Amino acid sequence: MTTEDAEILQEFLIESSDNLTRLDQEMVMLEQHPDRQDLLAGIFRTIHTIKGTCGFLGFTRLQALAHVTEDILNEMRQNRRRLDGPLTSLILHAVDAIKRILSSIEAGAGEGEVFETGLISQLQRVWECAPTFQLQTEAARLPAPIQEEPGAAPSQASENSAADPTGNHDAADPPGVGACQTSGISHAALRVDVGLLDRLMNLVGELVLTRNQILQHDSALEDTAFNPISQRLSLITTELQQGIMKTRMQPIGLVWNSLPRIVRDLATGLGKEIGLEMEGAETGLDRTLIDAIRDPLTHIVRNCCDHGIESPQRRIECGKPPRGRLSLRAYHEGGQVNIEIADDGAGIDPDRVKAKAIERRLIGVEQAARLSAREILNLVFLPGFSTAASVTSVSGRGVGMDVVKTNIEQIGGTVDLLSEPGQGTTIRMRIPLTLAIVPGLVVGAGGERFVIPQASVHELVRLEGDDTRLVEHVHSTAVFRRRNALLPLANLCEILKLSSESPPDEISIVVLDADEHRFALIVDRIGDSQEIVVKPAGRQLKGLACYAGATIMGDGRISLILDVMGLGVLSKVIAAGHSTRGAPAVEPPSGREPGRRPLLLCRAGSFERLAIPLPQVARLEKTPSADVERASGRAAIQYRGRILPLVDVAEMLGGDGAHAEDLYVVVYRSGACEFGLVVDEISDIVNETIGEPCPSHHAGLLGSAVVGGRVTDFLDVEAIARMGAVSSSDGIERLRAAILEGGCDRQWVGVQA
Amino acid sequence: MTASLTGSASRQYATFRVGDHYLGIGVTDVQEVLVQQRITPVPLAPPAFAGLINLRGQIVPELDLRRLLRLSLREPDSTTFSVVVRTEHGPVSLLVDEIDDVLELDASSVEPPPKNMHPLVRSLLLEVHRLQHRLLLVLDVRRTVDLDAD
Repeated sequence: MTTEDAEILQEFLIESSDNLTRLDQEMVMLEQHPDRQDLLAGIFRTIHTIKGTCGFLGFTRLQALAHVTEDILNEMRQNRRRLDGPLTSLILHAVDAIKRILSSIEAGAGEGEVFETGLISQLQRVWECAPTFQLQTEAARLPAPIQEEPGAAPSQASENSAADPTGNHDAADPPGVGACQTSGISHAALRVDVGLLDRLMNLVGELVLTRNQILQHDSALEDTAFNPISQRLSLITTELQQGIMKTRMQPIGLVWNSLPRIVRDLATGLGKEIGLEMEGAETGLDRTLIDAIRDPLTHIVRNCCDHGIESPQRRIECGKPPRGRLSLRAYHEGGQVNIEIADDGAGIDPDRVKAKAIERRLIGVEQAARLSAREILNLVFLPGFSTAASVTSVSGRGVGMDVVKTNIEQIGGTVDLLSEPGQGTTIRMRIPLTLAIVPGLVVGAGGERFVIPQASVHELVRLEGDDTRLVEHVHSTAVFRRRNALLPLANLCEILKLSSESPPDEISIVVLDADEHRFALIVDRIGDSQEIVVKPAGRQLKGLACYAGATIMGDGRISLILDVMGLGVLSKVIAAGHSTRGAPAVEPPSGREPGRRPLLLCRAGSFERLAIPLPQVARLEKTPSADVERASGRAAIQYRGRILPLVDVAEMLGGDGAHAEDLYVVVYRSGACEFGLVVDEISDIVNETIGEPCPSHHAGLLGSAVVGGRVTDFLDVEAIARMGAVSSSDGIERLRAAILEGGCDRQWVGVQA
Repeated sequence: MTASLTGSASRQYATFRVGDHYLGIGVTDVQEVLVQQRITPVPLAPPAFAGLINLRGQIVPELDLRRLLRLSLREPDSTTFSVVVRTEHGPVSLLVDEIDDVLELDASSVEPPPKNMHPLVRSLLLEVHRLQHRLLLVLDVRRTVDLDAD
């Protein structure tokens, strides 16, 4: 084959593959709107072009297949045949076969081993069965030579179409004409090698860094002549960066293109009716990300069709239209791309999910009881949570939702699931636009500069003077009071073993979101926010979870990019064993990790390790015991202008209520009810997976479980409050709802009764 | 300094000094040699990981050969050089004390590494050449840059 031929072949393969991808979609649309002549014309043109070009290139089998398909399409074009379901399937099969042959040609294996004769004769028969044709008996013999001698097929077929009065046009067309028709559409576009774009992107990254350096130099120089030049350079660089990023952007529709076909085939196979709606197909995404979301998206769509949408009968019984609706929506929001996949199917039953998670020992009974409905739904993303009971050929392919989640998280995205039983399920993915250049916050620690991905930064706080008291060091555990919540606190210098250079009487805090954990990080200094180019930091540092990479700053020096999740784990504010990732977390902490609850650990009397759920803890106070007064005969302190009733935990648990000079008071809030739990010592705040609970018969305790490798008693705050008579009965009910539920406490309630 | 100028099996070595050791790396493995770079330290990194350097916009890890060879640490303000070597995972820079000549040597001078050498150090060597007054220790680049073996 000459170089010229090879080029023509290459061009043919690329063009055909593009056209066939579009054809799948057009075919499905045509089935729904059989009157759309423009769709039909497009489909016809694609097949016609393939037929013409492959005749020219000498691919006889492909030509035969394309030809008979074209004949059928031509009849439809002339309104002599209506498109129905079986016919659509048949044409799609033909398209699949064409694709197979093309990929075989692309792989250098010629037209491949499969002759597709069965398909061709099937197409032939359909074509012959056309009501307007009376040549059935005559034509019935035609498939025979095609089956036996594929090489003879084109001449047979083209004679056939030449004899067909309706097929004259294409027999007369020279092979090149069809190609011209399609290429006319896209004169304004160019094919560019992806590798070239990647190199350009790298170069622009370098340019951004150099620009930053020049700007920094310029501000130090104060040269009035140089200043406008560097400003101009800056502007051009920014525009160039945006331009190059845009060239790498591809519409998400590229991934969606294959979905109408998948949904149609699934629906047909499952005996369901599913309408697919797509909105925002033009939403752009970096090409590396486009590839990364392809599989997760397909998996979710398959799941929706298979498990989500019910059969038509079932839907009618539920009072829904028989045709299910699957909608895909993509849109840009805050520098990210949101993709929503929603169905109006049966939804996910949280009770079933919970039961399955417990059955598979993914969570404990007690934990399950404390999860919110949304947290329960998100259990489906846990590894090992398989819907094995309902495995079908469609979605039981060993790819679980955990893989979907992992894949999306690998590219710095998040997945969230919402479901209303009987109403449907919505899965929302949030994905960054690009991974190469991201906004970052520069912070200082121990004389070094570090960058935190802006997406993980929730809030910046600087405490001066009296405000520094909001940071409390309760023994080894530091917490930060932020409005009404206590946040676990980590110190960047301590984590990285650097000596802090922070100014005295001043604390700079970055509140961070790592996946679904929020924590506060003390740094020496909070600097600017700037665009950074993420670069790998070398494989020697792979083992260090606290870094996500490195970048070059405006002054040419290197700064390390911090991995927020890794920092959380290293500083123990996030329990180890949680999956660490290289990319920043984006999802606001609307729910906590299933099976993971922040707990306040304290000591009271002979009970060394008591756990109290942290979300209900409003504050930690240290009060001289002399400040304790009596209100209505009960111990109380004055607290923020109110009377805070106190209940002595050790005493309620049957021990002595004696205490040292200072009392540690855990201000506990549930609904409108607020009281203080007096303990001997606050020992720790943990946020980790709790082991299988063991019920307790001790009054005032819910039970015990292993927390942080040690047996820990869970305080029954509601019972303690009742014993201490500090809580109204209404408050008790709410308290009970908040902290009690599940198997082990029922047992406990039984003992109480 | 002696160097055999002929011999079909001869190889060229970029040589340098680290502490008392005279070391070499095949010139084909060396990308470039730089004087005193500004090194960004990486907290929590292994001791032999000196930090990261900015090599014309590329971030390159810098490994301290004194640490790798179990030698005493150099004086804080002493001048250093960086020998940037090519590896399958991109360039890696090796921090050395002093740069020496490029030598051309053949197999006739190859000796086994001295027995009294620290086994971990010996494991980093490809071969040893006996020169007139001293030994040239030839580093195995692949093993030297692999901190896991450290």
